[in-house]
Amino acid sequence: MTTTAPAATPPPAAPPSSAPAPGPDRPGFWRRFRDNRPAFVALVVLAVLVLASLAAPLIAPYAPEAIDVPRRLSLSTPDHWLGTDSLGRDTFTRLLYAGRVSLMAAALAVAIATAVGVPLGLLAGYVGGKVDWLLGRAGDVLMTFPAIILAIAIIAATGPGLQNAMVALGIVYAPRLFRVTRAATLQVRAETYVEASISIGTPAWKIIARRVLPNVASPVLVQVSVMLAAALLAEAALSLLGLGVVPPTASWGVMLGSGFKEIRSTPLLVFWPGVAIAVATLSFNLIGDGLRDALGRRIRKAAP
Amino acid sequence: MLGLLARRLAFTVPMLVVVSFCVFSLIVLVPGDPAVALAGENPDPEQIAAVRERLGLDDPFLVQFWHWFSGVLQGDLGQSLFSSQSVAAAVFSRLPATLSLALLSLAVALVLGVAVGVLAAMRPGTWIDRVATFAASLGVAVPYFWVGMILVLLFAINLTIFPAVGYVPLTENPLQWFLHLFLPATALGLAPAAVIARQTRAGMTGVLREDYVRTATAKGLPPARVVGQHALKNAAVPVVTAFGLEASRLIGGTVVIEQLFALPGLGNLAYTSVFARDFPMVQGVLLVVAALVLLINLLVDLSYGYFNPRIRQS
Amino acid sequence: MSAPATTSTLLGVSDLRVEFATDHGWSTVVAGTTFSVGEHEIVGLVGESGSGKTVTGLSVLGLLPRGVGRVASGSVTLGGRDLLGLSERELRSVRGNEVAMVFQEPMTSLNPAFRIGDQIAETVRLHRGGSRRAARDRAVEVLDLVGIPHARRRADDYPHEFSGGMRQRAMIAMAVSCEPSLLIADEPTTALDVTIQAQVLELLASMQAELGMSVLLVTHDLGVVAEVCERVVVMYAGQVVEQADVGELFDHPRHPYTEGLLAAMPQLGSRGHRLPSIPGRTPEPWAMPPGCRFAPRCEYALPACEEPPPLLTTRPDHLSRCLRHDELTLRGAR
Ligand SMILES: Nc1ncnc2c1ncn2[C@@H]1O[C@H](COP(=O)(O)OP(=O)(O)O)[C@@H](O)[C@H]1O
Ligand code: SF4
Ligand SMILES: [Mg+2]
Repeated sequence: MTTTAPAATPPPAAPPSSAPAPGPDRPGFWRRFRDNRPAFVALVVLAVLVLASLAAPLIAPYAPEAIDVPRRLSLSTPDHWLGTDSLGRDTFTRLLYAGRVSLMAAALAVAIATAVGVPLGLLAGYVGGKVDWLLGRAGDVLMTFPAIILAIAIIAATGPGLQNAMVALGIVYAPRLFRVTRAATLQVRAETYVEASISIGTPAWKIIARRVLPNVASPVLVQVSVMLAAALLAEAALSLLGLGVVPPTASWGVMLGSGFKEIRSTPLLVFWPGVAIAVATLSFNLIGDGLRDALGRRIRKAAP
Repeated sequence: MLGLLARRLAFTVPMLVVVSFCVFSLIVLVPGDPAVALAGENPDPEQIAAVRERLGLDDPFLVQFWHWFSGVLQGDLGQSLFSSQSVAAAVFSRLPATLSLALLSLAVALVLGVAVGVLAAMRPGTWIDRVATFAASLGVAVPYFWVGMILVLLFAINLTIFPAVGYVPLTENPLQWFLHLFLPATALGLAPAAVIARQTRAGMTGVLREDYVRTATAKGLPPARVVGQHALKNAAVPVVTAFGLEASRLIGGTVVIEQLFALPGLGNLAYTSVFARDFPMVQGVLLVVAALVLLINLLVDLSYGYFNPRIRQS
Repeated sequence: MSAPATTSTLLGVSDLRVEFATDHGWSTVVAGTTFSVGEHEIVGLVGESGSGKTVTGLSVLGLLPRGVGRVASGSVTLGGRDLLGLSERELRSVRGNEVAMVFQEPMTSLNPAFRIGDQIAETVRLHRGGSRRAARDRAVEVLDLVGIPHARRRADDYPHEFSGGMRQRAMIAMAVSCEPSLLIADEPTTALDVTIQAQVLELLASMQAELGMSVLLVTHDLGVVAEVCERVVVMYAGQVVEQADVGELFDHPRHPYTEGLLAAMPQLGSRGHRLPSIPGRTPEPWAMPPGCRFAPRCEYALPACEEPPPLLTTRPDHLSRCLRHDELTLRGAR
């Protein structure tokens, strides 16, 4: 009997790709993200960029500040693949080292924004009431200033420098993470099982750690990814103006700024750092989009 | 509509006061004694005392704020630390260039963004849509200041169609005004155009499926009016929201673009004042910019009432 | 062939074939529909949901969703003029002007962002030109005509300030504002409360009488047909299966599908009763039975029904697409 049962036997497992809702488990999320081709490619590109920057001392053919005046402003040559700048420094080498500085700076700004915005968002969403109102209005006020201009004003007070610039950016970006976190917290807070566990006296930190944080993580992650792109652009803008990274240290923005001075003779000098920034920014944005799509179901699921 | 205006003003006016307070409080961030820090390189005691006197740093903080703020209410933003110029005069002399640049960029962003978004939404899944979506992703990611540099290279250095630097007031010569602003406005407008295009496409894709769009076609309206009037007005609210956020970001971008193109605007004033550590001047710029953003937000909010009659009447 | 000799044909639909892009490729959704609407006539187009009524109505005005649906063959004529061959520009002067449409969903068919009066005036100016003021007066006039109280004031309202029934009245006002010769009303009462339904039907009938237009009334409800129509076209699975005058069809249906529809018709005093519905459901366009399309659900089916039956004249002015139209005695209404 059992040997001959043909078409009636169900297939051993449902086809995984089209299964409607695999639930909030990791594999489902990762598969959805991986299937989003632009996002996946962006992740790979970004990984290459980050690794190359970290390994700069190993890969780079020259020292970043090695000056070679006779060969200044050279175009692409076998010695200098991407040419040299006005002091004869190797552009490829400097791009790698600058990548470290720029990516680190962006990461620092976003880390500060996260460290400020997320806890306050949790607090506002969880406690509600006057605290929520006050923090919310404070965020509104901060959001009234365009990021770069507020950063410049803060730098005007504290003095230029990479760290000051990034702290300034971190403060400016904090309200966005605050809002995202607060909204997600409010949503979880309103669910019946959370209300129930609050009413039976479960300590707040337990509820936040077990229930709130997992739900807050998704939107925060999306926001962080998009914000890294913005921070990268802002760092470049500030450094370009001479308010961020201070030469001779290279960042992509610094390279753009000094390259622009030579744009009539050696336009390639602004080309490469611009491409580097654009590629990194595009990657962060695409990863953000991919995360949003991959996490979307879960975020929406928390709604009712 | 008046009710909506009143409600929004009730929000905006207190915001302005708080924003002013924040702007003034920035001086707290100055490390050490502000008078020493702001008095320039190697100041002698008299210079320090002069700054202290000028900023009234010996008064209690709230008194200092009140002095400054009551001046602001009368249009007096204080004095420059290093020249005899009043901050208000400096700011208002710089305003036309920045407003010109910002408005032109926003026009570029709106026209280009809506056009691309609508086209993509009308032909979802086609090559038009794919090209538009790709261009929008790129437009958001590519740094505007880099676009500015490349535009200078292509159209000012290689082709010499547009001037690379400088500004001519609109009242002096409208054509030159436009020619001088064309490259910077394009550079600044492309990224917001991309954001607006995305938002427009998303909104229009939904709206074009609505029954009332079919009704409009069934009436005999030509497609341009079906899409441009009946559909677009319904897709407008999220587009306008994006427009408002982008406007604020774009005003930030004027600082960098004004440097690249040597435009004598507010951003340029902020820039030079930061290096000179002319603190009252920085505060003045910051306050005016924030007021500008609040004004844009107010206009955006009011436009909701126009696009969605339900908001107006609730 | 189908229209009674007493009236001249206004709308002629002949062998209309419409295809839609589906997961199964281009599927035929309307398969050779033929019927006509005479001058000053009200014709009901009846059938269960999914039988192709809306698609037929949209095809007349070239309103099929672009890239998704297309007319594959057949002809549609209005007063002898071929509509399918018109350019987009020529079609626009027909839409809303010579042929107007009222849709099923009054809640979503009016644009929420524009004043009702403006939406009507827009149609008027589009087809008749004239001043803003004249168009607006006309809008108020037709709103008044369809029974909107205080029409001059209510013309300034937005759709969300109107109830469902009033919105459908406004849609009808918009449709008749240019005095079309044909009104296609697609399930105009389906989304409305029962009492409002009757009012709207009454309004449609009175508009037809007053303006002397023809009406193609699309509905899944034979009760609606009984109320206002002179002639009925019954559609099933993309085909016309029966066609006759209302009285004739109700008393002596000649197709088992019509018999089922009549049995499922709500009757006075039967409220609360569970109505007998036809078992089974309309086949999907890509999985049509090869023979009579109703065969899988037909209690009278014979092996012979596996050949597709043509539309047969069973009596004068009475057509049926049933092989057994002569031999069966089917139950009529009541
Ligand atoms: N936009 C569409 N895309 C694909 N198929 C459609 C579309 N509109 C209608 N159809 C198909 O056409 C057939 C007839 O639909 P319709 O004319 O709306 O039926 P009715 O109005 O009689 O309820 C149905 O099988 C439906 O699935
Ligand atoms: S042809 Fe046969 S199957 Fe079709 S309706 Fe008539 S009896 Fe039924
Ligand atoms: Mg229908």
